[in-house]
Amino acid sequence: MTTRLFGEPVRRREDARLVAGNGRYLDDLGADALAVAFVRSPHAHARITGIDVDDAVDVEGLVAIYTWEDLPEGVREPLPLLIPHPALTHGRTAYCLAKDVVRHVGEPIVMVVAADRYIAEDVCERIHVSYEFLKPVVGLENAVEGPNLVHDDVPGNVGAHMVQEVAHRDGRAARDVIAAAPHTLEFRLDIERSACMPMEGKGVYARWDADDRSLRVYSSTQTSTSVRMAIAAKLGLPLPKVEVIAPDVGGGFGVKIVHPWPEEILVPWAARLLNREVKWTEDRREHFVSSAHERAQVQHVKVGFDDEGRVLGLDVEILHDHGAYTPYGIIVPIITSTQLLGPYKIGSYRVEFFSVYTNTVQVTPYRGAGRPQGVFCMERTMDKIAQYLGKDRTDVRAANFIQPDEFPYDQQMIFQDGRPLIYDSGDYPASLRKLKDLIGWDDFPAMQAEAAAEGRRIGIGVGCYVEGTGVGPYEGGHVQVTSDGRVHVSTGLTSQGQGHETVFAQIAATELGVPIEKVSVVTGDTRRFGYAVGTFASRAAVMSGNAIALACRKVKEKALRIAADALEADPADLEITDGMVHVVGAPSASIPLATVAVLSNPLRYAFDEEAKRATQFATSGSMDRPPVAEGQEPGLEGKDYYSPVRSTFASGMHAAIVETDPDTAEIRILRYAVVHDCGKMINPMLVEGQIHGGVAQGVGGALYEKMAYDEYGQLLNASFMDFLMPYVTEIPRIETDHLETPSPLNPLGIKGAGEAGVIPVSAVIAGAVEDAEKIVIDRMPISPSDLYALRDSSRTSGAVSLLRNTQ
Amino acid sequence: MHDVTLVVNGVPRHARVPARRLLSDFLRHDIGLTGTHVGCEHGVCGACTVLLDGRPVRACLTFAVSVAGHEVTTVEGLADGDRLSPVQRAFAECHGLQCGFCTPGFLTTVTAFLRENPAPADDEVVEAVAGNLCRCTGYQNIVKSVHRAAELMAEEGP
Repeated sequence: MTTRLFGEPVRRREDARLVAGNGRYLDDLGADALAVAFVRSPHAHARITGIDVDDAVDVEGLVAIYTWEDLPEGVREPLPLLIPHPALTHGRTAYCLAKDVVRHVGEPIVMVVAADRYIAEDVCERIHVSYEFLKPVVGLENAVEGPNLVHDDVPGNVGAHMVQEVAHRDGRAARDVIAAAPHTLEFRLDIERSACMPMEGKGVYARWDADDRSLRVYSSTQTSTSVRMAIAAKLGLPLPKVEVIAPDVGGGFGVKIVHPWPEEILVPWAARLLNREVKWTEDRREHFVSSAHERAQVQHVKVGFDDEGRVLGLDVEILHDHGAYTPYGIIVPIITSTQLLGPYKIGSYRVEFFSVYTNTVQVTPYRGAGRPQGVFCMERTMDKIAQYLGKDRTDVRAANFIQPDEFPYDQQMIFQDGRPLIYDSGDYPASLRKLKDLIGWDDFPAMQAEAAAEGRRIGIGVGCYVEGTGVGPYEGGHVQVTSDGRVHVSTGLTSQGQGHETVFAQIAATELGVPIEKVSVVTGDTRRFGYAVGTFASRAAVMSGNAIALACRKVKEKALRIAADALEADPADLEITDGMVHVVGAPSASIPLATVAVLSNPLRYAFDEEAKRATQFATSGSMDRPPVAEGQEPGLEGKDYYSPVRSTFASGMHAAIVETDPDTAEIRILRYAVVHDCGKMINPMLVEGQIHGGVAQGVGGALYEKMAYDEYGQLLNASFMDFLMPYVTEIPRIETDHLETPSPLNPLGIKGAGEAGVIPVSAVIAGAVEDAEKIVIDRMPISPSDLYALRDSSRTSGAVSLLRNTQ
Repeated sequence: MHDVTLVVNGVPRHARVPARRLLSDFLRHDIGLTGTHVGCEHGVCGACTVLLDGRPVRACLTFAVSVAGHEVTTVEGLADGDRLSPVQRAFAECHGLQCGFCTPGFLTTVTAFLRENPAPADDEVVEAVAGNLCRCTGYQNIVKSVHRAAELMAEEGP
């Protein structure tokens, strides 16, 4: 009998404090800290010709005003380009405070420190910046075609250009295969910008200890370890003198993996300079115009296929809008290019992307991180092939699936981690069967006909995806059992609401055989664990989960060895149940894990009753051996790392039934079904929660969310009034089913689940609306107004059966 | 500057603040009750919802000085001592929260709603929480939590 918690819907340990209002988010800290506000550029592209602070300096409560000129070496250089890549030939990053030129609305120019935020904003209003206007570059095609440049030294606004090609097995290139294919289709797809929009924006709070000459920084970040290294480097501090802590974080979804944000350098710098606590809390408008967006792409697709709908060749050209700067490199278009392939065997493939500068907010990963665009492309392709051949859309997909006996399956490309794109496991035909049963795919035509008879338009859509999760390079876990029997688990990566405290405790309790109440978990605190990468790419459970399991196994091995000595038994005959080490089948021959922890640490001094057992006159060890044996360490603790050879590939399939209003073109989702495979589930309740949230963000992207930039680079909808995030009224009930194909790559057999829900939604909804309306849907999101206009234009062009007419 | 006293969670709380001090900032920064969160500062997201004389209001659209003398209930005031309220327990039980940032606004809104409508139908629940944004949960478990809270309240009585 062991303590089985892995796989159970254990309730979250985070919630008691969060529902009581006792969470500790960034702005809840530092009650006495000075507040920061920024003067940000109101123009998309301009040269700064002067900064006049005369009106501002007399405001009561003002502490300091800084411009780029005031920044010291280290802080005045451009921010780091985090992920260099040979194809990113013209990578550019921003300064903490704009130096000469501003390249998007919202770029920080002046930093103000004051007694509180009200005063800091008063000061900002009294600072006058003068500009010489430069021509803004807005829109992907304007960027590549137009004469105007975002950066003077980046010709054609092209930051990166990359081609990956997988030849047909007979050696022919994809373009040749397509030219010779029995059937071909060619089309263009447009995907709009959206953004993570966590409910809590970013924020940084720093305390300089002048006596200790050390810095403690709290940041609402997805990577505290890396923020720490960046701060130490930029401020010239020894790494051990800098601590960074991610407190409770109110959502991330990708935007908080980017670092260091200008504020993450400036706030600690000012705190040290002023020897005062300093805090900056991002407001919503700042988040819209000075954090990051994602998604925007234009795709040109050519596909060649046979009579069964099998893809023989696929040729995709992508224009990717990365905004004004490229701090996160070209991860997003690389993921689009590679994950586009989904669960399919594509005969031959060529993908080319241009990653392009525009005078807009920079683009960095948002949940899904390029996959929604890739899946939109592939799934629209599958639907078009089915339409062209007059086949069922699921049959065309099935004809292209990688089969369960073909794993590991090598897609012969290089993935976002620089490693081969090799799928480890999955069962796509089984997923599709489950999905069709769940949504009632085969019964839908009758339902559609029935609705049509009542004058209603309904349609069904389907979308499949494969998601590379758990990318390296590594995460670690530390596990310590203290003499009170408590188990202290820490890992370096951070949490933004996923429930890591719960799932990591489940893993530790299961591995060690202790009650979960004895286990506490700390994440994202560099005081507890200094080596980590961060939380992104659905990697936390895979990476830290396995690292913690491995660390627990070390601890368990040590515990059994010590207990074996005490019980005069063979370690192989021992197990741990409910915090007691005992001989298998003889529970009376036992010793509490707490006592094992005491014995693991030979003592000279007794500080309590328990400790007496480990003191030098109380123990009965051999006089010929040192108290701490060679190769051993005192204490019942262990540390280990998990570093995978490559990513593990989760997968899933979604289907939706939508209804469109014949008059108003309103689009309503009647049903939404998800089949999901993330390998072995640690906590099915939390996996479902991740899926629900992902689908909701996907629905936002499919129907509502876009960044409305005008030709001058002004973001016209930079508020929750105008950027339409879904409320409860927009999200359908999500029906879920699961498949568990364990990953062979890691000890726990798990795959990531964080991003899955969002990935195929735009493709699914597009397919469903197309089915309801019999109008080609080639852009997302699609609002009622968009659909209304599409109806008009398809009527005038007589393009109701447009799909076949494009031949 | 104005002397403002509010009865917050049953206790008179005083601070001397400028007329422009938002109720959300008064609660968070002047009297240190940081459970009320600010998600947009323009009244759309509902994270800052508190109960003003028992009715939900947006604390980010309310000046502290304008509600002097009134009773305010924040998320910190929902529990009965250490015993979480049925609404709080239901959200934890049904996984009605993830990052937890929007949660205080949902909890206060739902608390007021269930007082008026202790046995709501599904569409009434949806309507009740339709003014609060959540970016994590997809709302399904929030709706479930509200129904569960109603059940708990019915089981436990007034």
